[in-house]
Amino acid sequence: MKNNLDKAGLQILEQKTTQIRWELLQMFSHGKAHHFGGSLSCVELVTALYFYKMNYTIDNCTSPDRDRFIMSKGHSVPTQYVALALLGIIPIEELPTIKQIGTRLQGHPDIKKLPWLEAPTGSLGQGLSYANGIALAARLDGLRFNIFLILGDGEIQEGQIWEAAMTTSHYRLTNVCVIVDRNKFQSQGEVDCMMGIEPLLDKLSAFGWQPIHVNGHNLAEICQALDLVNGMQDRPIAIVADTVKGKGISFMENTFKYHNFNLTIDQYKQAEKEIKGKLSFFDRSQEDTRGR
Amino acid sequence: MADNNKEATRDRYGITLVELAREDRNVVAMDCDLGRSTRSYNIAEVDPNRFIEMGIAEQDMISTAAGMARCGKIVFVNSFAIFITGRAFDQIRQQIALPSSNVKLCGSSAGLTQGPDGATHQSLLDVALMRMLPNMTVAIPADGNQTEQIIRTAYRMQGPIYIRLSRYATPSLINDNIAFELGKAQVIREGSRIAFATYGPVLSNVLAAADELQKQGIEAGLVNFHTIKPIDVNFIESMAEKYSYIFSVEEHSIYGGLGSALAEIMAGIQGSSKTATLLRIGVQDTFGESGTADELLKKHGLDSGGIMQSVQQYVFETGEFI
Repeated sequence: MKNNLDKAGLQILEQKTTQIRWELLQMFSHGKAHHFGGSLSCVELVTALYFYKMNYTIDNCTSPDRDRFIMSKGHSVPTQYVALALLGIIPIEELPTIKQIGTRLQGHPDIKKLPWLEAPTGSLGQGLSYANGIALAARLDGLRFNIFLILGDGEIQEGQIWEAAMTTSHYRLTNVCVIVDRNKFQSQGEVDCMMGIEPLLDKLSAFGWQPIHVNGHNLAEICQALDLVNGMQDRPIAIVADTVKGKGISFMENTFKYHNFNLTIDQYKQAEKEIKGKLSFFDRSQEDTRGR
Repeated sequence: MADNNKEATRDRYGITLVELAREDRNVVAMDCDLGRSTRSYNIAEVDPNRFIEMGIAEQDMISTAAGMARCGKIVFVNSFAIFITGRAFDQIRQQIALPSSNVKLCGSSAGLTQGPDGATHQSLLDVALMRMLPNMTVAIPADGNQTEQIIRTAYRMQGPIYIRLSRYATPSLINDNIAFELGKAQVIREGSRIAFATYGPVLSNVLAAADELQKQGIEAGLVNFHTIKPIDVNFIESMAEKYSYIFSVEEHSIYGGLGSALAEIMAGIQGSSKTATLLRIGVQDTFGESGTADELLKKHGLDSGGIMQSVQQYVFETGEFI
């Protein structure tokens, strides 16, 4: 297991985030509505989980003691699709089939079609309960692994999240780790204006969790927080990650407008140009040969 | 068992759950602060770790059960029928039915027989809610023995099932020589021209009504639809051909339950074959109220007298019968 992140390791992770944003854009293309905002805000979080923290590879992805990742805010599953493709678990050529009839890449996670998604989510607020169930079963079976999930900051308006937050701490399921992607926007507006969730860290603390506040685009900070998760802590850990909705594509940042949006070809070209600029510092010959 | 060999289906459920838990360490039970009423708490005598108290949080319970099932547990979740199916419907839809989670939904104190607690606690629409979910099986035992058959079948099958249980004690109703198979209707009694289609403990009242008709020289058939989904389509088609009148009788709204299932299939019968007239006996488009189970069954025409009255009203008074 990787315990420390040196400078080279950090750089590899950073390149991975650019690659994921690039693949997201290739998958979404233009002319069809996709959940850009929330998929882009959690790229660093998903990267740190799959490519740093989790015991999860193409070789152990069906093993009973693998770590699990659940995208509780199911509309951001595209980022998980890309991560699974980069791990070699689903073919990268399959990504553009997202939301097309007959695809395994449904608009929201379907575990019957793609079991590696770990949990059926989409209708919001149900992921943490499901994670608790996995943890309870693991405890009965004497298995030790961690279960991570990303919640949206809008999603935690759902009451079931707080029922489940009680259950996690009541049963001391400290191998369950929540990451809140606090990008401050939900589908129709600012979270603070729609239905305020603050003070979030105090609330989590009151529910028996250990809250940790990080910059959700700073990989070193995210990885440092994840290092604390080992299932042996006194309290379950909740990482509150401050992020930017639409991160990485300037015109999508800090607005709810691109929560679920259909890009024009001009907007798409602009977005591609911005990501491409960052791609240039590493070898992108692989990307370019796929002829998109 | 209570007096006169009467038994509530929830009681036999608790006994069978304990047997299964002894046989298989993957069997677990969850409840929302009703474990002693639903009998799910019985499992704690086998292994207290396999009874998981979820507090008063049905939505959390259903999703947690789905997560446990994902890891190979055979999860029996419990609450009153109305709270499981109503309060947590979306969780059942997304995390139980859609991925075919191996979760057994046990809705206790169903129908009118949760009597004194009134409309808020009576479940008259649970069969309708569960029946419309793809991948879901819906089964309702009529007596103790059938409860054991259904619970054991639920344990063996892979995938979700809703089992509707009652606190109403009834005698053993179904002869041992009538085979049980999930999805296959059971002929309790053959008849001519008139037949009853029913399920659950109210079968005892239908039997009493059939006995009464027999005294008047009418041989009414009686069929137990212990499985509402998948419904026995072939049997319903043959029944519609054989009889002139079919009465569905259920401790449930006349909307969405067995009566509706029969209507859907009978409406689809093609060709020139003779088709029975269907009459649905059940709770009309109304909520329940407080009262004893017997009082409520009588009020809604589901006691033997009420069932008889419906038959007389619809069949004899038309003048075309016999």
